[in-house]
Amino acid sequence: MKGFWHDAAEFFPILMNGVALTIIVTIGSLLLSTVLGLIWAMMRVSGIKALSMLSASLINVIRGIPIIVLLFYLYFVMPDLGVTLSALQAAILGLGIAYSAYQAENFRAGIEAIDKGQIEAAQSIGMGWWLTMRRVVLPQAVRIVLPPYGNVMIMMLKDSSQASTITVAELALQGKLIASSTFKNTNVFTLVALMYLTMSIPLILLVRHFEKRAGKR
Amino acid sequence: MIELNDVHKSFGKVEVLKGITASVQKGEVVCIIGPSGSGKSTILRCINGLESYDRGEISVEGLKVDRDAPSIVSIRTQVSMVFQRFNLFPHRTVLENVIEGPLFVKKESRVQALDRGRTLLARVGLAEKADAHPPQLSGGQQQRVAIARALAMQPKAILFDEPTSALDPELVGDVLGVMRKLADEGMTMIVVTHEMGFARDVADRVLFIDGGVIVEQGAAKTLLNQPQHPRTQDFLRRVLHPL
Repeated sequence: MKGFWHDAAEFFPILMNGVALTIIVTIGSLLLSTVLGLIWAMMRVSGIKALSMLSASLINVIRGIPIIVLLFYLYFVMPDLGVTLSALQAAILGLGIAYSAYQAENFRAGIEAIDKGQIEAAQSIGMGWWLTMRRVVLPQAVRIVLPPYGNVMIMMLKDSSQASTITVAELALQGKLIASSTFKNTNVFTLVALMYLTMSIPLILLVRHFEKRAGKR
Repeated sequence: MIELNDVHKSFGKVEVLKGITASVQKGEVVCIIGPSGSGKSTILRCINGLESYDRGEISVEGLKVDRDAPSIVSIRTQVSMVFQRFNLFPHRTVLENVIEGPLFVKKESRVQALDRGRTLLARVGLAEKADAHPPQLSGGQQQRVAIARALAMQPKAILFDEPTSALDPELVGDVLGVMRKLADEGMTMIVVTHEMGFARDVADRVLFIDGGVIVEQGAAKTLLNQPQHPRTQDFLRRVLHPL
């Protein structure tokens, strides 16, 4: 045990560099997946058949490809097509696209859960599609969508470790590098696991808060 | 002011409106009565474009109702609707519900919209509930807010779709009272209702609809007291003397 704390003190600063990248990848891909997910969901509920079908197929294609393959594609294949991305860019883009499919389905479920009478009331006072979305549907859908959204945040935090496969030196890769040069596998990976857990706990509490609030109404 | 000419409408294979021709003059109060499933609500929903219709023509102040045309916004701001289940926006306060249309659709100034919103809430007897949220109100209060929301658009006519059917019996009177006041002030109204007392006392005309056609129409008192058609007689007997 004493050895663990000694190692922890030594490796912690190096691992914190990884934490910084983990947070950047997580937040970056969270934002991207939210924006893309909203766009897919809006296309899905637009009532315009071509848009809705395009969005449905996009979602299925994205869902059907493993994240790691998507990352390899962006990082190793895109340069052949003349688009060179840094490892960090490819990681954020890949995770953002991969998760946009889940976000879209989540947002769509929230939008479709809104009572049809609400939409009719909005229309009856002359609101168009976009105004109805912005003023009536989305504000109510947010309450429904937030708890699963929080869960996606937790999953993205953990899945940001997949960026290690394309050389992004985030927490998991930093751990692996230290472990392979010091052979202190147990201590290093225990510390890495504890650091992920520490970052997850606030998010877990946040989800619980969202769930309580959503249950109130 | 509102004209329907040979309006047909089907849901899938079921034809719910089989040629409705009617007109409503400015300042008139028309009640539509009839058994459930007869197409009463569908008529209202076609007038402000919540439903499309297949054949015939509906016009409001000479403007054709076409829910896919941009003009539908102008029609909806002229013809407001009050729903059976109120459909207030639960995430906004009572006052915000009332000013939503004026602010965001008619782009009125906030001061002006708030001012009229408060006046309208006072008119329906709910001035003190301005900052409450709809779920905190009784059904009768919610329906009166919905009427204030409809009035806030300064419409030329209001369509009421069974406005008291979802209410506890003791709350019906408050809502009908507000509607009677509106009628007395000269508002053009089309009311789908099962409240025969209201129809008799307030309506100028009554249309009896069954199976998607107007079976009988006439001055409210005449139609309700001396119905001519056997189906009208039968319907009224069942409604007025259910036992």
